[in-house]
Amino acid sequence: MFDKILLAVGLTSGLYLVRNLYTMLLVLPDEAAQGMIYRIMFFHIPSWWTCFLSFLVAGIASAVAIRSKSNRADSLAVAATEVGLAFTFVGLATGMIWAKIIWGIWWTWDARLTWAFITALTYAGYLMMRNMIPDPSERLRVTGVLNVFAFASVVICYKAIDWWRTQHPGAVMSFRTGGGNIDPAMEGMTYHNFIAFLLLCVVMVTLRLRQEETLREIEGLRRLAYSR
Amino acid sequence: MLRQSWQIFLKDVRMELRGKEALNASLAFALVVLILFSFAIDPTSEQIREISGGLLWILFAFSGVLLVNRSFLREQSNDCLDVLLVNRVPASALMLGKTFANLLFILMIEAVCLPVFSVLYNINLFQLPLWLIGICLLASWAIAILGTVFAAMTVNLRLRELMLPVILYPMIIPALAAAMYLTNIVSVGKVPEGDDLIWVRLLVGFDVIFTTLALGLIDTILVD
Repeated sequence: MFDKILLAVGLTSGLYLVRNLYTMLLVLPDEAAQGMIYRIMFFHIPSWWTCFLSFLVAGIASAVAIRSKSNRADSLAVAATEVGLAFTFVGLATGMIWAKIIWGIWWTWDARLTWAFITALTYAGYLMMRNMIPDPSERLRVTGVLNVFAFASVVICYKAIDWWRTQHPGAVMSFRTGGGNIDPAMEGMTYHNFIAFLLLCVVMVTLRLRQEETLREIEGLRRLAYSR
Repeated sequence: MLRQSWQIFLKDVRMELRGKEALNASLAFALVVLILFSFAIDPTSEQIREISGGLLWILFAFSGVLLVNRSFLREQSNDCLDVLLVNRVPASALMLGKTFANLLFILMIEAVCLPVFSVLYNINLFQLPLWLIGICLLASWAIAILGTVFAAMTVNLRLRELMLPVILYPMIIPALAAAMYLTNIVSVGKVPEGDDLIWVRLLVGFDVIFTTLALGLIDTILVD
């Protein structure tokens, strides 16, 4: 039953993405200043929101894990971090393609871009560290703390456009600016794609969580077999 | 708790000053890198004035990691760490003592490197000495506190020398960036003001936030 729900959510996400592609390519007009490339923003912005949310979930799950010694929460943390990292790379790649066309360069060292890069490195460090600690309870404690620390870079990355004057465009969404910086149809499109990404993210995290639980069971059985 | 921190601090400083292993290695490393800089950029050019802060803080971050890496390694022989914790030394006191010891070691390295850098590259870094000391204290504290916490995390790893920099550097970049920027301004004799003050706030905020987090979470790393 659960598998079917998961499949349904995945399919919904896929169909939603197709519907969104149709709208953004055939219904919405080109942007006045940027031309057609602005459409990559419908993938860029939602993928960053999805990755920030995944890291938030991972941070909370880690805090719960170290507080209540919950292996399940630890598994959720690693699942959410991995999926979040995938979305981080989507965000970085789409941003770089946009930058090459609009700015003429792939990368610039402004605060937003730099911190996005740092965030990716920090969470990659977290995943690397997990592979190095064989003992599950020590791994839960140590990497849990690291994940909570790592969330600081997400906060800085999110607020960087407010704290520094960046080459990266400032906030345009009406929930941050109060409106007037973006056409409502284009803003709506961004939210539609965000929902599709979020559904996809939920499916991926759930699948990864299940893998992690199975892995834990296998680890436990292996230890049992060795101890006999 | 403060008394116990003080004891740990004294113990670590005494141990290090007797052996001087980490301190000597780290200082030698710092001086070698100082010389290497002269090959990377023309030491007589004006350009070095603009990037002196960056060079110096990269140097301090690298040699700082060599120092903090040792701090929990010292307790590994004879299971000293477990003995300390069993004897009801609070993990936070342990960490605080070690952080202060590491801070002192990093400041010692800086106390040697800053004048040497000034002489070798003909830049007077000490035009605003109080600002420079303030920046050094705040940024070195950032390296020391995060370095000590992450050293506690990585102490049991086989690849700890490799893993500590991998997780530490991305996290301390905000503090290092602020220190680099402020050192650059201060070294040309300009008092930070207006927009520059955001870097001072960033540095202070970084220290406060991570010290609080570290004190709150160190029990989880060491005790549970």
